[in-house]
Amino acid sequence: MNHKSLISITDFSTEEILRVLEIAEDLEKNPDQHLLDGKVVATLFFEPSTRTRLSFESAINRMGGRVIGFSDPNNSSVSKGETLKDTIRIVSNYCDLIVMRHPLEGSSRYASEVATVPVINAGDGAHQHPTQTLLDMYSIKKTQGRLDNINIFMVGDLKYGRTVHSLVQAMSPFNPTFNFISHPKLRMPQEYLEFLDSKGVRYYEHETFTDILSAADIVYMTRVQRERFQDLMEYEKTKDLYILKNSMLENTKPTMKILHPLPRINEISQDVDPNPKAYYFEQACNGVYARQAVISYVLGLRK
Amino acid sequence: MDKKELKVSALKNGTVIDHIPAKDLFQVIKILNLEKVDNPITFGTNLDSKKYGKKAIVKVSDRYFEDSEINKIALIAPEANLNIIKNYEVVEKKSVELPDQIKGICKCMNPKCITNAEPMLTKFDVVSKVPPALKCYYCGKVTDQEHFVII
Ligand SMILES: [Zn+2]
Repeated sequence: MNHKSLISITDFSTEEILRVLEIAEDLEKNPDQHLLDGKVVATLFFEPSTRTRLSFESAINRMGGRVIGFSDPNNSSVSKGETLKDTIRIVSNYCDLIVMRHPLEGSSRYASEVATVPVINAGDGAHQHPTQTLLDMYSIKKTQGRLDNINIFMVGDLKYGRTVHSLVQAMSPFNPTFNFISHPKLRMPQEYLEFLDSKGVRYYEHETFTDILSAADIVYMTRVQRERFQDLMEYEKTKDLYILKNSMLENTKPTMKILHPLPRINEISQDVDPNPKAYYFEQACNGVYARQAVISYVLGLRK
Repeated sequence: MDKKELKVSALKNGTVIDHIPAKDLFQVIKILNLEKVDNPITFGTNLDSKKYGKKAIVKVSDRYFEDSEINKIALIAPEANLNIIKNYEVVEKKSVELPDQIKGICKCMNPKCITNAEPMLTKFDVVSKVPPALKCYYCGKVTDQEHFVII
């Protein structure tokens, strides 16, 4: 019996990450692989996230699998006060795999302990969202032709943004250079800087966009949420400092790509969209391949 | 070990747990599950101590604790020490040390942690022994000494 869950990106070794990215590449090239014929996947969304759910359900459908589940906990037994454990135990009987999103941190890890089928974490509060990291890495590899020696600029909310934290961890074995651009209140947390120090990874912190953007291979934009600032005046004063505009891309590398986990609000100006360096919509599409790969890998359908 | 105190209620066989901060005595009792044992137990509390001002002491007859069991009290009484008594003699002295992992005992301080919403056991990696700090196995947040809430 193959029972492997993906809760945190660190559950996969670097070798496994590379293998999953290879599988994703193969699934993109050869889409007609009915790996999930006869299989049932439960997508349990204890908090709504249409984008993530559709991406997973597309991945499942493309491989011939069937989907059961709920997209809103208000319509399920959860709202009647059933414990997570009971829900997961019962749903385990109905499916071959559980994909879950939950507002509480650590919920997916707990679910993977009580489930009798593999669990894929589609986001547990502010904690982990590992398939996002895999699709980010897939996008980097696809656009740059490699994962090694990439100069990654991360911009916006580096303090609370779980996607940037996971990406920093997962990219660290590939000799990256990081440039972090953020308001001092939204800096990359100390624990991640210490992690990078311990791995000997180069990083630089900046408070504003500078002309060194010309060195970037990847510019990873994130949303700065108003709620992060107690002082709204401060938010108003700083929010425009972290907006990427088309005019800023003039001297950047021709191969440079802009990523964003989406949804975007205004941190990437609309005039960037037609620029071939804008990659965020394709990035979302890569999410389907990356999720197909993860699903087939944890089920042992692709090794 | 204070000889005079031992004489107060001398133990033939068993364990003396000394240097418990007086305010934490009842939590120590809870952690060691002493409410549920039948052995004779003597407690002393609000005794003068150079270290704490007031300390407590627990004497459990005919009972020897596993290290894994007794080390749990290091969470709240890191300077507690044990005297193993056999036939009125101290045959071994031990200090407590936090284990690398802790199950149950303490709550995770993260209000958004699943362990605070489900009827489940908490699980922590001990990321620092002195002062004690616990990293939640589920949510990854660190609970420090100031925020320990014993279950
Ligand atoms: Zn926790």
